[in-house]
Amino acid sequence: MNAPQSIAADTWTVAGRTFASRLIVGTGKYKSFEENAAAVEASGAEIVTVAVRRVNIADPNQPMLTDFIDPKKITYLPNTAGCFTADEAIRTLRLAREAGGWNLVKLEVLGEAKTLYPDMRETLKATEVLVKEGFEPMVYCVDDPIAAKQLEEAGAVAIMPLGAPIGSGLGIQNLVTIRLIVEGANVPVLVDAGVGTASDAAVAMELGCDGVLMNTAIAEAKDPVMMARAMKSAVEAGRMAYLSGRMGKRRYADPSSPLAGLI
Amino acid sequence: MAETAQKEMIFVTVNGEARAIPGGSSIAAMLQAIGLDPRKVAVEHNLEVVPRSTFEDVEVREDDKFEIVHFVGGG
Repeated sequence: MNAPQSIAADTWTVAGRTFASRLIVGTGKYKSFEENAAAVEASGAEIVTVAVRRVNIADPNQPMLTDFIDPKKITYLPNTAGCFTADEAIRTLRLAREAGGWNLVKLEVLGEAKTLYPDMRETLKATEVLVKEGFEPMVYCVDDPIAAKQLEEAGAVAIMPLGAPIGSGLGIQNLVTIRLIVEGANVPVLVDAGVGTASDAAVAMELGCDGVLMNTAIAEAKDPVMMARAMKSAVEAGRMAYLSGRMGKRRYADPSSPLAGLI
Repeated sequence: MAETAQKEMIFVTVNGEARAIPGGSSIAAMLQAIGLDPRKVAVEHNLEVVPRSTFEDVEVREDDKFEIVHFVGGG
């Protein structure tokens, strides 16, 4: 990879769409739509994830997300959060495509409520069907380099391994597998889930990930807007550190001041 | 509502709830009756996604099942 002249010129491309920001943020768990919109603005994100849910037909005039975050300016990435089978996820995304007209979607098929770990058998099945139907799925998955390869072969346009369980804020648990996925992938790799604070996002980027997706780390911070800004800086810092090529690690000290000329 | 009250009402299921609408309504008319902007929702009709361009053309029938969804905050 060629190092860019400046961070501003450092873009990434998924399914033919090019973005400058490498941070994707969720839109769940915020206290208000206003706070959510302010956090998205502060994060610099160009993509937000959204869920597909029933409208409240008893009160159809409730404010909607689209009134606060403009889908013409920010790319909506519909997700399948809450789906536990391939069929549910496919059904949800067919509706999402009709609602928004977007083929670029985030697929996640969960295995159990306790860990929200992905069910990879169902995830792979759903990926194959969605690709056949013309979707471009970015796929949430386990941090397993073999599963990542299989998803890529099935047509996933991005691989999104978890760093730790969704909403846990535990940070990236397995640096080795994330690095192996990055090294083996021919599509963008984004850590999705598990980031708790800015340094976690920087770690993901230092491993060579193309981006990071997070929701709770920003939404549940005491000051979400400031945390959004911190995440923006962390993603940029981690990316620059990756591109600049970090120093090698040594087992013992190596003085920075010259030894020659000591009095 | 006075003029539609003349028509025979039929029962459909919308998002899991029973709802009475005038017989012969299109999906567009049903959305309007509920108070929804058709540009902001997607509709599933007996498990099939309905293209928005056909909302005016599809007639709603007794016992039809609808899911009407939109985008909400999520991660």
